[in-house]
Amino acid sequence: MIKDQRRKERIDRGIKVRSDGIYAMMSWRELTYLVIPRLVLIIGMLILPLVLPGMYWQRVITITCIYALLAISFDFLAHFVGLVCLGGAFFVGTGGYLTAILNTSLGLPPLLTIPLATLLGASLCTLLLLPCLPLRGVFFAIVSLMYPLFAMRVIEALDILGGTDGIIGIDSFANRWVEQYMVIGITLLFLFGVRRLVNMDIGLVFRGVKDNDQAIRASGMNITIFKAIAVFIAAAMGCMSGACLVHIYMWSGISQFALDFSILPIAATVIGGGGTLVGPLIGCLILVPISELLRDFGTLRIVFYSLILVGFIVFRSEGVMVYGQRKYHQFERWTRI
Amino acid sequence: MQILIYGTINSVALALFALGFAMVYGVSRLPNFAHGALYVLSGFITWTLINSLGLNYLISIVLAMIATGIIGALIYQFVLIRIRGMEISEIMASYAMGLAILEGLRWGGFKGMTYTLPAFIEGSTSIAGVSVDYQRLLVVGIGAAVVALLWLFTRYTRIGLALRGMAQDERAAMMLGIDSDLMAVVAMGFGSMLAALAAICLLPLGNIVVEAGYNVLILAIAVCIVGGLGSWVGAVLSAFLIGFAQILTVVYLGAHFQMVVALLAIILTLILKPSGLFGRQKELEERV
Amino acid sequence: MSKAPILQVQSITKAFGGIMALNNVSFDVFEGEILGIIGPNGSGKTTIVNCITGFIKKTSGHVLFRGKDISKKPAHKIADMGITRTFQIMRPYYSLPAYKNLVIPLFSPRARRTGGWRGGGRLGDRNTVGIDILEEIGFERDSYVPYKAAATLPTGYLKRLELARCLALKPDVIIGDEIFSGLSMSEIASMVPLIERLQMDGITIIMIEHRLRELFRVANRVMVLNFGEKLMEGRPAEVMADKRVKEAYFGSQEVEEVMTHA
Repeated sequence: MIKDQRRKERIDRGIKVRSDGIYAMMSWRELTYLVIPRLVLIIGMLILPLVLPGMYWQRVITITCIYALLAISFDFLAHFVGLVCLGGAFFVGTGGYLTAILNTSLGLPPLLTIPLATLLGASLCTLLLLPCLPLRGVFFAIVSLMYPLFAMRVIEALDILGGTDGIIGIDSFANRWVEQYMVIGITLLFLFGVRRLVNMDIGLVFRGVKDNDQAIRASGMNITIFKAIAVFIAAAMGCMSGACLVHIYMWSGISQFALDFSILPIAATVIGGGGTLVGPLIGCLILVPISELLRDFGTLRIVFYSLILVGFIVFRSEGVMVYGQRKYHQFERWTRI
Repeated sequence: MQILIYGTINSVALALFALGFAMVYGVSRLPNFAHGALYVLSGFITWTLINSLGLNYLISIVLAMIATGIIGALIYQFVLIRIRGMEISEIMASYAMGLAILEGLRWGGFKGMTYTLPAFIEGSTSIAGVSVDYQRLLVVGIGAAVVALLWLFTRYTRIGLALRGMAQDERAAMMLGIDSDLMAVVAMGFGSMLAALAAICLLPLGNIVVEAGYNVLILAIAVCIVGGLGSWVGAVLSAFLIGFAQILTVVYLGAHFQMVVALLAIILTLILKPSGLFGRQKELEERV
Repeated sequence: MSKAPILQVQSITKAFGGIMALNNVSFDVFEGEILGIIGPNGSGKTTIVNCITGFIKKTSGHVLFRGKDISKKPAHKIADMGITRTFQIMRPYYSLPAYKNLVIPLFSPRARRTGGWRGGGRLGDRNTVGIDILEEIGFERDSYVPYKAAATLPTGYLKRLELARCLALKPDVIIGDEIFSGLSMSEIASMVPLIERLQMDGITIIMIEHRLRELFRVANRVMVLNFGEKLMEGRPAEVMADKRVKEAYFGSQEVEEVMTHA
């Protein structure tokens, strides 16, 4: 007989339960409990550019935010709509090239090109992905992975849009503060916007599409329309990050369709914790700087984050954020059984 | 005539790429996105065995095939088996493994210089006025032999029959006493060996480059999707379809479009008929 | 029951590969009645639901709803017209509370048009409407049951949740795929009046059932399927007396019981 069998119990903290509903408004303690994590994130993001030394690391923060936007878009599609889109690079490339065209051919300033490229690019991506939306699981994953590769090869083969050289001579932002705070602002806006969205009624329908699309059809709703709306939202985020990226680098090329933009956001989402929306941002804050530090080692950094990705998928699939949330909201204790 | 001959050779090459992928997917439902990486890896192993260790050519190709098979099986046994059945995780994990292998090779110094494998047989002949080197003919021969051997293997050996049983109905196979995890590992090993075989046949035709890994993966996926995922016969047939389509585009449009054809084939097939041209899964999926 | 048929099923055939799941089945459903469809396992009962509601494509045949051909329409259009169904395998949105499960069907175009189950006026807060519907279907409003995650509900409540999902659309026809199966006798006893009340509200109900005794109590007419073919249809008493039905169910304990009780 085995003696002293124990089991770990997880119990919600009292303050978590107390601050669950509207009653949280009644005491400062509960209110603080709710607001602190959010405030830490927002304020932290806002002061990061001020405390970081030098241009180089400030640029890294900007890039981190761009990856974070992509990662949030991946997380939204994968964990709230059930479409695992491995081709985030397609959104980036579409947004990037559209911005480049709008800026160089029509001469529009960045303040106009970014929203325009976002809307146009999102519409374009949604239209192009529309035929694949009935596909499920692996099939959608594979086909979405092929889209950016396809776009890359077509641009290469037809030698359009500047071919392999890309489009150069794009305006940059007015100064680096505008650049940083705009990108950070957009990221935070989308982060909290999407969090709000998935808890609204339409967000519940999205989750329904993921969990049980048959019941959605039986309720008289067209799944494809809802998937298209979701893809539009995600594509908008992707295109916007592409648009910002092009203005930052003042260059648009086929490397925006490259796998980097597909694989790193996914890795960040897995590491940060899928389905939390904040997780991807945290994941990017961890991964992108590390990958920048490893830049000297060339392609070794790809090896490095591929292995981290595998490790997290296989051994720690919940990710950092879910772990953190659990520690924050619950306490653990051993009980005898 | 040139189109016919080179189309056939290209098709057999595609079939060789795809058979390993199709086999792994068919048996264990694992979309093995590390396939291309294993292909390139086996090329480098062979090169290292021949040039660094100075082994005999024949011995080194046999060793390389076994080594790649073992590596594939190990990857499955120690990493992928834990996420068995979660297809999306499998894709991401196997893809990341492949990426790690490929980029690791690139970082490890296999870049810049040209690495070539010696051809099995040198020289060339001409068929109906088109000159073809022996290596390419050998590819066709080996391809035909592999298909024939696979056919025999899956029908007349215990392991082959077990694999086929797994492919048809995993639960039923488990109830009949087939160790499904072990069989999946075996399938992954065989799939990797097929990738290695393809590499050994085809790499002597050009240089060993890391980029080939990505291309081979895309081509293998294209062939398998068009043929219907998990269908071996479909894979062979669609290899010919895509193979000839590629040669035709190269002749009439230019070499740049070769990969575009494969990508277009994937996208169109998935949109129009996700079960593939020769697949039969659709009817079952329809049941609510 | 002399009204016009609301649903006409005309010689539906469905073949899965070489297997004939349904062979030339036709029947009419009249407005406001309860039609039971029974048959041994594998006789094509669920397939017929899937064919009518457009979840699978028919090999041939037509379905008319109020005289209009709906056989080519996709599933969501058919549901939008007012033919809703429950699923034999219930898959609610497990992580959501029971009432939040209803927010999803209430979001549908039909629910917006018809203004929810209570009817009239614009749809208010979907959460409130959802709780209202749950109350009508037998969830106690003031208990914690409607607020519990669907994953923790017992089967009886899940079946009710399935029905509630249909009711959210204010349907004209409900097709219930084995509502009674998996329930205890007392749970069924509490479901029967519910179904009778839905009929009184003017909803036409088609019930696919294995539990013959309870079905015969509520159904106006019963159709019997066997090996994908229609064996007979008629009033419950006629069906019970029929020799062919006995043969189809030969050896089935339940029919023996029903027969002796009748």
